[in-house]
Amino acid sequence: MPVFHSKIIVTRRKSILDPQGKAVQHGMHSLGYEMVNDVRIGKFVELDVQASDRAEAERITREVSEKLLSNPVMEDFSFTIEERGA
Amino acid sequence: MKVKFGIVVFPGSNCDHDTHYVTETILGQEARLIWHKEGSLGDVDVVILPGGFSYGDYLRCGAIARFSPIMKDVARFAQAGGPVLGICNGFQILTEAGLLPGVLLQNRSLKFICDYVHVRVENANTRFTGACAKGEVLEIPIAHGDGNYFADEDTLKQLQDRDQILLRYCDVEGNVTDMANPNGSLLNIAGIINEQGNVAGMMPHPERASDPVLRHTDGKKIFDSLVESFVPALV
Repeated sequence: MPVFHSKIIVTRRKSILDPQGKAVQHGMHSLGYEMVNDVRIGKFVELDVQASDRAEAERITREVSEKLLSNPVMEDFSFTIEERGA
Repeated sequence: MKVKFGIVVFPGSNCDHDTHYVTETILGQEARLIWHKEGSLGDVDVVILPGGFSYGDYLRCGAIARFSPIMKDVARFAQAGGPVLGICNGFQILTEAGLLPGVLLQNRSLKFICDYVHVRVENANTRFTGACAKGEVLEIPIAHGDGNYFADEDTLKQLQDRDQILLRYCDVEGNVTDMANPNGSLLNIAGIINEQGNVAGMMPHPERASDPVLRHTDGKKIFDSLVESFVPALV
């Protein structure tokens, strides 16, 4: 069965304050990068999925992202998938 | 009759023994620790999810603990109307499990806070707060890095409309102010209850303010409330 490689990015909803991103932004400003704004910190997860085809790999990636990797109350997610070969 | 407390122990729980000590030794009830891999809670009247750092807070606080085998039976127990109290990490687990609305975000200060705080009892008509008076100010410690309660506007409105806010951070006189808000929680929320009134979560640690030796006993009122809720009403 082919193996697919998923890269998932979990981000905090725009409407929710991100104090960590804010602190990092302050750090950048202290370094002199005052042109940098709207710093937001999220999570990056990568994983391999065994699936019969790309559609199934997508379905499984979406399910684990919804059920475990993100909390829909505060986070959104997006992902990309590439085939790794059998 | 003694009330039977079941205290769930996850890998990383660290307030389980304190809670056991308070319910058994201070309150004089029965208490039992239940390992998270158990499939069944067994014969219990109350379930407590204690504080700690289950699964090292990996991914999100409580996110992995909710998949522990015991949580299926906790959900069944809750759906059958059994009282469930989540303290600190236990509160986080209950929100992740969908048994309570909202989520606990990182403190707005980004700091872990370990301190005594004041909370005002918003609803004293529950089995978790029945021994308190409405508006009463309790002094109970908090110890958390992620206690910043968040929920969308509709959920907040529902919590208010249905009197589901149990405790709010306040000053010593009971004024709910931003100064008295240790972590940035919306509406200064420190504890909530579900619509059915049998599942509650709170960030402050009542088990750390129950033994007179520690000179703070306001937290005992939460446990007293639970015990009293089993005494048949005098008709």
